[in-house]
This record gives sequence, C-alpha cells and structure tokens, in this order.
Amino acid sequence: MKTPSQTVGPFYTIGLVRDRGVQNELAADGIPLEGTLYDGRGDPIPDGLVEALDPAGGRWGRSGTDADGRFALRVPAGARHLEVYVFARGLLRHQWTRIYLDASAGDEVLAGLDPAQRATLVAQREGEGLHFDIHMQGDNATVFFAH
Amino acid sequence: MTATDRPSDIVLPDDPSFGPEVQVDYPGYRSTRWRAPDRPLVTLPEELHSLAGPVFGEDAVQASDADLTRQHDGEPIGERIIVHGRVRDTAGRPLRGTLVEIWQANACGRYRHDVDQHPAPLDPNFSGAGRCLTDDDGRYEFVTIKPGAYPWGNHENAWRPAHIHFSLFGRLFTQRLVTQMYFPGDPLFPYDPIFNSVRDPKSRALLVSRFDLSETVPDWALGFEWDIVLGRGGSDTTPIEEDA
Repeated sequence: MKTPSQTVGPFYTIGLVRDRGVQNELAADGIPLEGTLYDGRGDPIPDGLVEALDPAGGRWGRSGTDADGRFALRVPAGARHLEVYVFARGLLRHQWTRIYLDASAGDEVLAGLDPAQRATLVAQREGEGLHFDIHMQGDNATVFFAH
Repeated sequence: MTATDRPSDIVLPDDPSFGPEVQVDYPGYRSTRWRAPDRPLVTLPEELHSLAGPVFGEDAVQASDADLTRQHDGEPIGERIIVHGRVRDTAGRPLRGTLVEIWQANACGRYRHDVDQHPAPLDPNFSGAGRCLTDDDGRYEFVTIKPGAYPWGNHENAWRPAHIHFSLFGRLFTQRLVTQMYFPGDPLFPYDPIFNSVRDPKSRALLVSRFDLSETVPDWALGFEWDIVLGRGGSDTTPIEEDA
C-alpha cells in the first residue's frame, strides 16, 4: 500500500528552495517562462511551488512562487512541452498539468481536449519569453491530470 | 463553507473506500476551499504514467545534509532523534539513490521561515532542513531534533501534531511524493484535519513512524523507523522494469 500524500504546507522553502538547492536545470539557461499561480477567487498564491520536467531532454527544475504568486523557469531549446507539478498549502496532493510551448504541437493529449481546455495548457509568447498562468479553479481553470 | 470549532466539522469520519487517496477538497482543512481543483481531472493514457523522473546524483547532497544537529557551531535544543527507514515501490523493490528532502519546525514548534509568527523561540543552531540519497537497499537516515507541535489558524485552538515534512522522487515522474511523517501516540491526531484528510485508517497509519529501540543509541538519541512506499500513477498494476 503506498504512502499517502500530505500538503507541502506554507514553509516548504526551507527544505525545497534553498540557497544551495538541488540541481535546478530549468533555472540555468533557455527561454524564460514566467507566470502566476491563481486560486479560485483569482488571488495569487504566494506560497506555491511549481516543478517542471522536460521529458525530451530529461532536464528538471523548480520555482517557488513569490509574494505576487509568480514563478519563473527557463525552457530548454527543443522542448515541446513540460510536465508540471503544482504544490501549495491547501493542496493535500500535488496536481499534474502540462505547459505546451507551441499550440501547433500535434499531440494526442492536446487533441483529446476541447478547445477551451486546450488553451489552458499552451504558453503565450511575451516579448523574448513565454507566459503561462495556472488557475486552480473556475471557468478558466487549468486542466489537471489524474494520477 | 465554514468549518466551525466542533471537531466533528474539522475531522470527517473514517472511510476505508478512499484507500491511500486523499480527499483533495477536504472541508475541515480550510485552505483547500479555493485551491483544490474543482473541475474533473483528465485521465492520460497509461503509458504516460511510466515517464522517467528527474535523477539527482551525489553532487546534490553533502554528508552534513543528513545530520540536522550539526549544521551550526552549537547543538540545537531538543530531543535528539534518529529517523530512518526504507523507500520502496509498490512491488516492494528498494528505490536506490533517490533524493529524500526533509524540513521541520524546531523543538519549540517554530519554523525558520519569515511567515511563521508563532511566538516560540527560534533556535540559532537549527535550520530544520536536510536531504540525502537512499542507499543500495533504499535506506535513508537523518539525525535531527524532535519537532514541537504548533498552533495554526485553521480553526479555534487548532494545533498541528508534531511532524517532519518529506519530499521524495522515486524513479518515475508519477512516483513523486510530498508527505508528512508523524510520531506514534500523538494526542493531537483526532483533531488534525490534514492528518485525517487520509480517510482510510489503514492508509493513515502509514504516516506514523514507529519507535525503534534497536536503532536507539544509548545515552545519545531515540530511534524512529518510517518506511515509505512510492506508487506510480495510473493503475499501478504494471510491474516497473528494474533498470539495473
């Protein structure tokens, strides 16, 4: 029987986002990607954690959200999408989503969603970088996957 | 949806049908209200649950990371403990070389974090964070201080039972687990909505460590044993290929 999940809580930064942290490859180089994590009232979540994996290259990274709910990663050249986990106080288990870097990616997961859902998983070009907001709830809620 | 001060509104009755799954929108834990997803989750094809997770090498850890009592010039105040156990998959195989990260309050129930305003003293000799890689048998071991219970704002007179936060990766992306380890016999268990968000009592019991006299070091530290099982996503019925 597997060990159950418990919330990451509000103080995870002391263990997971430290000055001398684990190898954070999605912070080093690549296209900057920024976004905001929002709750169901539209308020930013200032104590969230976003972890991402480029399944093509195997690179991984994490970003705590700041006081304005913002997270920041760098996307390696050649990545088509990132597998993403969202953690926060109030989430008893982490939630799984994806960030697609190109809406035209012919992908069976995207193709299986209706257009409005699909749009929640696609990053937008913004200047030299990319923008991707995560909405936990509501009409524009980001699609999350069962796991 | 407002929880009142009555324990019956904070802690829902046991329900073994949940198994190891947590009730994500658990009403007694107020912060879930606006944060837990409120739309149906999308099911991905089975093969996408077998994606390899991130790999961390020896460069991710230093030996001192596993001893939280020796990260400063002086020794921290509190009850010295040794927390150890094995990390395995649901087939019982050890998960070797996987990263384990922990964080916790000090002996007074205070975290070294700006947001924690609990009026209990900080300990200049305790940071409360550690990490290690599991060995060839999937074993981990930390030396630390037993954390204190602490109050929180969820409801009137709410206190968290003493716990250590654990973060684990495993081999597969979907084996990722963030959880909390508790200590046996804590009187706060019946009143804590986070602990009780695991509705199946057998599954909930897996969050509680065991006092371990055999690992207790005479005249020095108490031992606690806590084994961890990482389940992959999806059906978790397909055997995971051992990658040597």
